[in-house]
Amino acid sequence: MADAFQILIDGHEAIAHAGETILDVLRRQQVETPTLCTHEHLTPAKACRACVVELKGSRALVASCERKAEPGMEVRTDSERVENARRGVFELLLSQNDVSTAPALAAQAESLGADPGRYRGQRYEKGFFDDNQLYVRDYDKCILCYRCVEACGPDVQNTFALTVAGRGFDAGIAAGFGGSLPDSACVFCGNCVAVCPTGALMDRREHSLRAEGRWQEDRYDVVQTTCSYCGVGCQLELHVDRESNEIVKVTSPMDHSITHGFLCVKGRYGYSFVEAGAE
Amino acid sequence: MHEKVLLRRQTTPALDLGSYLASGGFAGLKKAREIGAAETVRIVTESGLVGRGGAGFPTGRKWESVRTATDPERYFVLNADESEPGTFKDRVMIDVDPFLVLEGVLIGSFAISATRAFIYVRGEYRKEADLLQRCAKELEAAGYLEGLGPEGRALAIEIRHGGGAYICGEETALFRSIEGYRGEPMSKPPFPTVAGLFRKPTAINNVETVANVPDIVTRGASWLRSLGTERSPGIKLYSVSGNVERPGVYELPFGTPLRELLDLAGARDLQAILLGGAAGTFVFPQDFDMPLSYEAAQERHATLGSGALIAFDHETNLWRVAERLGSFFAHESCGQCVPCRVGTRRQHEMLEALAEGHGRGSERDLLVRLSQVMTDASICGLGQTASTAVRSLLDAEAKGLLAV
Ligand SMILES: Cc1cc2nc3c(=O)[nH]c(=O)nc-3n(C[C@H](O)[C@H](O)[C@H](O)COP(=O)(O)O)c2cc1C
Ligand code: SF4
Ligand code: SF4
Ligand code: SF4
Repeated sequence: MADAFQILIDGHEAIAHAGETILDVLRRQQVETPTLCTHEHLTPAKACRACVVELKGSRALVASCERKAEPGMEVRTDSERVENARRGVFELLLSQNDVSTAPALAAQAESLGADPGRYRGQRYEKGFFDDNQLYVRDYDKCILCYRCVEACGPDVQNTFALTVAGRGFDAGIAAGFGGSLPDSACVFCGNCVAVCPTGALMDRREHSLRAEGRWQEDRYDVVQTTCSYCGVGCQLELHVDRESNEIVKVTSPMDHSITHGFLCVKGRYGYSFVEAGAE
Repeated sequence: MHEKVLLRRQTTPALDLGSYLASGGFAGLKKAREIGAAETVRIVTESGLVGRGGAGFPTGRKWESVRTATDPERYFVLNADESEPGTFKDRVMIDVDPFLVLEGVLIGSFAISATRAFIYVRGEYRKEADLLQRCAKELEAAGYLEGLGPEGRALAIEIRHGGGAYICGEETALFRSIEGYRGEPMSKPPFPTVAGLFRKPTAINNVETVANVPDIVTRGASWLRSLGTERSPGIKLYSVSGNVERPGVYELPFGTPLRELLDLAGARDLQAILLGGAAGTFVFPQDFDMPLSYEAAQERHATLGSGALIAFDHETNLWRVAERLGSFFAHESCGQCVPCRVGTRRQHEMLEALAEGHGRGSERDLLVRLSQVMTDASICGLGQTASTAVRSLLDAEAKGLLAV
């Protein structure tokens, strides 16, 4: 292939293609690489720095999710600097966030040997927002990965209801200008919820069930169906409680050619109306 | 005694075009027009001029890549955001010689065939922004902007007021700010010369950098090289403050011993200085004989940064100083990336404990560990250098150099 070239990863040759990121190559080579903010259908925010690698010729480490592979690049993922930086990122996050609904984050932290008690100090207190019928926002859990901002913005939804406001430790996700979702441009597609990696954004149903201690993943079957609201043909995954027959959540597969995991309010939350009507 | 170049109009500032011309102004631009853009850039490259905004990148190389870019739309940006604590030389430079700065901007714009020039002035520098605005108007009225743009078109100059944040001085954040977005740094590459302001090839320079240009063009590359050292040609402005009798801006050729600058400023019996601004390092009397040059600083793991020097006497608790620096970085972090957003906060908390003297004992090791994470993994220079001063203080403490 004309656009294929070689790069070195931890001393081993690997093939890369023009346009690929270093992370794309690492994944294909099955080099385990922690990531938090990057998402297959969103512009890399390069904000979490979990995926940093050492690149020969670069003084600082580089985010592999964003940096495009170039012929002859020499990448190291196994150096002490890389390990220390990645572990540090997780230790810093553990020192500020409630990760109780972020199992992927917790698992990656553990496999990197991150010590949750390494850093102490003020935790991230951005508050709990319960201002609409469809989902809640618990920003104490937010790691500011920018995924929701991008999903709501140019990458998917083009609604621009969400922004980042404030600086430094005080930076946080803000809806509209006043902070209230119903007063913002939000159309309640729930696509921000779908990409949130920490459970900071959570469907109301899931949140209530969890609060009541009734959220039991092992009881849920996933039923595939096609959304019937319009003719686009979005694929839905209905998460159905096999005992009560309740739909607890609706998602769409991230690899689906039409939706890429994204839906509109009818597809994602229509079940709430369906069930509300049936009651 | 060094004869002043950048500050030569300090005693009688030239605040209107007439007096600037009467004191030799615009010889540089005239010559640049005669010899053309390519030759102008060649002279600047050969002079060895490097950026005075802190990063020390060769100015000529920057200009050459924009000059030879394929995109016909390209910009020149003057960085007058100057928000680092203890740095005020750009403000003085503008106050005493606004036309010299503007002449530098015009030559730079001409050299890269800029379609537009932007001047980004720190929000608090109202007076300087107004002054530059008025002077730019005067230049426009007198026809000085004619023929500087591509294909002989006139150059358009726009003054922008800074977003009031230190981070907006970082070049890519500055571009975002001009574009109307939140001032968040972007990753490099792509570098500004390839995709800068509005994603167009852009040359961005510090105020002091461009103020050097008119004389380089007029007097030739060898003139700058006749000053300073071989690896740091030319002159440098220093903003001196703290425990000195005569704080202010000083102009000296590179290679001048630090002690000479301290004497000029009336420093006596110091415990240490902070050299290079908030992102700089503490330097102790045992090193006061060091020459002020990029290479000598580098040898000592120090940095000249933008030339800020803050002096501290023996009564100063340097851990308290470090705590203030820590507070500055935690406050100024844009909040985009984890190592800096959370790291600067954790660093500040630990520095508070050390300054108060009620640390848990583990802070020193932890600060070093954290410093490595921030330096390695942060997106931009702010996070990457937010722990430089702290590291130098820890080293000095280990050597027993702290007074309090
Ligand atoms: C956090 C941060 C703040 C900065 N602030 C300034 C500034 O106020 N003025 C400036 O000229 N350069 C500043 N810089 C450096 C600029 O990014 C850039 O390197 C410089 O404007 C290039 O001009 P020069 O080559 O003439 O130095 C800053 C860099 C960082 C990382
Ligand atoms: S629900 Fe949709 S429109 Fe509303 S904030 Fe989330 S992504 Fe934006
Ligand atoms: S709310 Fe979720 S998706 Fe949005 S920035 Fe926070 S963690 Fe990321
Ligand atoms: S290092 Fe700090 S200032 Fe720079 S992008 Fe990251 S958070 Fe923002």
